[in-house]
Amino acid sequence: MIRLITTRPCRIPVMSFLGALLLLTGGPGTAAIERSPATADHSKFESLKGPFDTASDVTSACLECHTEAAGQIKETTHWTWLYKHAETGQTLGKNQVINSFCGMAVTNEPRCTSCHVGYGWKDMRQPPPEVDSAVDCLVCHDTTGGYKKFPTLAGDPTYIPREWPKGSGNMVQPPDLPDIARNVGATGRANCGSCHFYGGGGDGVKHGDLDSSLVSPETSLDVHMSPDGADFSCSDCHTTWGHSVSGSRYQVNAKDTLGIDTPGHTDLSRASCESCHGDQPHNKTKLNDHVDKLACQTCHVPAFARGGVPTKMWWDWSTAGKLDENKKPITTYDEAGHVSYLSEKGDFRHGENVVPYYAWFDGTVEYTMVDEQFDIDNPPLEINRLDGEPGDPASRIWPFKQMRGKQPFDTEYKTLLATHVFGADDSSLWSNYDWPKALQFASEKSGLPFSGNFDFIETRMYWPITHMVPTADQALRCSSCHSEKSRLAGIGGIYMPGHSSNAWLNRIGWLVVALTLAGVVIHALARVLFRRRKQS
Amino acid sequence: MSRVMIFKRFERFWHWFQALLIFSLLITGFEIHGSYSLLGFGDATRLHTIAAWSLIVLWLFAIFWHITTGEWRQYVPTRDGLFAVMHYYLIGTFTGAEHPYRKTSKAKHNPLQRLAYLFFKLIISPIIWVSGLLYLFYSDWPAMLAGALNLETVALVHTAAAFAMLVFIIAHVYMTTMGHTLTSHIKPMVTGYEDLDEPAGKS
Repeated sequence: MIRLITTRPCRIPVMSFLGALLLLTGGPGTAAIERSPATADHSKFESLKGPFDTASDVTSACLECHTEAAGQIKETTHWTWLYKHAETGQTLGKNQVINSFCGMAVTNEPRCTSCHVGYGWKDMRQPPPEVDSAVDCLVCHDTTGGYKKFPTLAGDPTYIPREWPKGSGNMVQPPDLPDIARNVGATGRANCGSCHFYGGGGDGVKHGDLDSSLVSPETSLDVHMSPDGADFSCSDCHTTWGHSVSGSRYQVNAKDTLGIDTPGHTDLSRASCESCHGDQPHNKTKLNDHVDKLACQTCHVPAFARGGVPTKMWWDWSTAGKLDENKKPITTYDEAGHVSYLSEKGDFRHGENVVPYYAWFDGTVEYTMVDEQFDIDNPPLEINRLDGEPGDPASRIWPFKQMRGKQPFDTEYKTLLATHVFGADDSSLWSNYDWPKALQFASEKSGLPFSGNFDFIETRMYWPITHMVPTADQALRCSSCHSEKSRLAGIGGIYMPGHSSNAWLNRIGWLVVALTLAGVVIHALARVLFRRRKQS
Repeated sequence: MSRVMIFKRFERFWHWFQALLIFSLLITGFEIHGSYSLLGFGDATRLHTIAAWSLIVLWLFAIFWHITTGEWRQYVPTRDGLFAVMHYYLIGTFTGAEHPYRKTSKAKHNPLQRLAYLFFKLIISPIIWVSGLLYLFYSDWPAMLAGALNLETVALVHTAAAFAMLVFIIAHVYMTTMGHTLTSHIKPMVTGYEDLDEPAGKS
């Protein structure tokens, strides 16, 4: 579990606090609900007594009994970082697509590959190392909380005390590998979270609905993962098959029509709400009438980044590189105490309790491939495109995090550019703040063309929101959508009572009502008037 | 002059319960429509649905009552005296003329009332009833219906009928003040009795 991948000192108190909390609660594996006891006590295995020189040696010990595990892992996207999309035909994966955070993983190894489920992937132009012992068992199966993939070692933990972040004075100690090896177990939230909570370079940066607050959340943050709630580990929903984990944002199951998964009847993958709740989950019929058009998450994730960890909403790379009078990098913070400028990364806007962006979605996301040409005259560029439309029975309205920002773009080739930000060489952006040099290096190293002419262009990227489901009483109210200021205003394809109405009907209707009232009032006044005249 | 039972117990119950339900439906309905915010959309919808079902049940009883008692004949339209009544409301009421219509327990509605109530019962109510049920069961429409109709149209018709209902109510409530005294038309709908020019006990 990496608790220390953080870019700024200001996060460290938060991190330490969460770390301490984790220690107090016993870390992953402490479950309020009973789970079936294991059939093996790993502390009794001779081969796990150590000592181990490297984490890879632990893997070799694991594979003595778990003979098929390495082969299984190497088939998964966790290992290959490749995904052949059945709908779009695109070959996706971390070395194929561009995002709006650090651009792409290629040329930024070993920083990015520190989250690869293996050891020693230092050059993403090559496939990951082939030896079975290059698979990292511990990142997923450590239950002590003591195993950390060091941020800059291409997947390895550190074997000597190392300072991180650089210049912080904080020393990261080598893990106690024999102790960790003897305490392996089922995966917990902190295991998956050690990578998935820190995507984009820091806690909560990327997804918005995945951050360290989910290690031990209140039920008001996540009713499923809370120790006071169902205390689910990620794999309780993201069920596995031979180490292959279900549930993918590359191909989302936007409308699970199989309903409750019953052994012998369905596929047993539980990575959808319907897998457990079925497709008629409410007591009130009118609420069930909504499920054909609305994803569960649309009402049941009222906002994301609710756990106290902000998520990045805007990232403008174009302003990166400004230095102070002493040629030192600058850091500024916004009112909420979130980083708003870093010389290394440019301007940021962070968000907490963010209301999602909503769109029709059939589960298919088209990604920008590294060589894709854009119409640069019509910014912002959509880095990924959501498929789906109102009339399509397979589509529903889903919540998304809309990530916005500016990133480098080749004005001649009309492609987004690979960004070499990290590296001990003298070309990376973070070592010398020189964009042309960094882009040139990235082009040479990745093989992606760069004309030498570049500019920064506004981009948008969409991230499906599905975690951080609170207790049902916190779901959206009817009036969140059925009102003048509807959350779904402008979504198209639906008539929303309370929000949509025919303007002409209203004009004519109220006019007739007003005329009737006026007629009544005039008639009544005339009666009074004539009665007085008669009396006089 | 004699005191005659003109609105029987069921008829009065039907009238006032219907009035209560229609006011509830108008208030919640226009909130659902988005005209204002009062109870909140969720509660407004729940109350609207409960009131609608109650009104449907009440109407079923009322229809049964009209048929079995023959009271439906009270609403058979007639042109005879219609223009005299209209003339009275437009001019006569100001000049101090007498109301041209003599009500009896067998014909308790004047020709204008007959037309207005018939319009209410045969046009506004059925349109509201049918469009409301379509609205309520929107998610269960059979494919053929879903292909031919959309929610927007149903909502449009339902709301248009609600406007017509509102106009009817305004006019209706005002007209009740146009008896000999302000309340002389309202009293029989409460007590059931009115003083008419017909022999007692004939009804």
